[in-house]
Amino acid sequence: MSMKTSTRQVDGVTIVDCSGRITLGEGSVILRDTVRDLLGKGNKKILLNLGDVNYIDSSGIGELVSAYTTVKNQGGELKLLNLTKKVHDLLQITKLYTVFDVKDDEAAAVKSFSK
Amino acid sequence: MTAQRVSYTLDSTLDTVNSAEEAASQMATEAGFGDEEVMKIAMAVREAAVNAVLHGNAYDPGKKVTVDFERTAQDLVITIRDQGKGMDLAKVPDPLAPENLLKTSGRGIFLIRSFMDEVEINPSTTGTEIKLIKHVRTAADAKEASQ
Repeated sequence: MSMKTSTRQVDGVTIVDCSGRITLGEGSVILRDTVRDLLGKGNKKILLNLGDVNYIDSSGIGELVSAYTTVKNQGGELKLLNLTKKVHDLLQITKLYTVFDVKDDEAAAVKSFSK
Repeated sequence: MTAQRVSYTLDSTLDTVNSAEEAASQMATEAGFGDEEVMKIAMAVREAAVNAVLHGNAYDPGKKVTVDFERTAQDLVITIRDQGKGMDLAKVPDPLAPENLLKTSGRGIFLIRSFMDEVEINPSTTGTEIKLIKHVRTAADAKEASQ
């Protein structure tokens, strides 16, 4: 299953609902384009909902890191929501779990962004 | 059980990465590994195939990637070869080092080593060969390990 994203706004935060696989090629490109497009429109509070992402490879991990640093460098915040066990485990073994701000409750995650 | 061997010669494309991953998943399932181990084996093969296609052969249409699967009573052995210039293992950074944590690449070999029982990487000027080994654990092994 290829990667799909859809975006919605909640209290000034852009939630990106992702599904499918974030892997080398199409999946990584879609994520990159989505984040770039949001930043271009001035949306700098981004919550990536990965609840339906069932697979991610090292390229996908790299794309998450790239999205995180790109948003941060533009003065924004990017957080992760609803990690599946597979993605959680991958972020743990790559020591990125403590780099990302990871949330498991959408309402609390939205409130956690700076006003 | 006699050894079973399957070999594929593939183009240097992203389709090859997906094909290698799917074949690994099927082989690992047939070898009796559980879902989590199958996922790890398939992902290790995917990462090795990405390295072969992207870094080894650099998408060169004139170069091939070969993927061999060998299944014995003890092991599932997967060997992936490219026809690139050979990788310099000394230049592979530690992705867990604080200065590398926010790098956007360089985690493939680390994930492969994390997911397989044994990994041998043999670079040469005519290409890189990477051998991935996962030990087949019998039900008796699993019971012993849990005690």
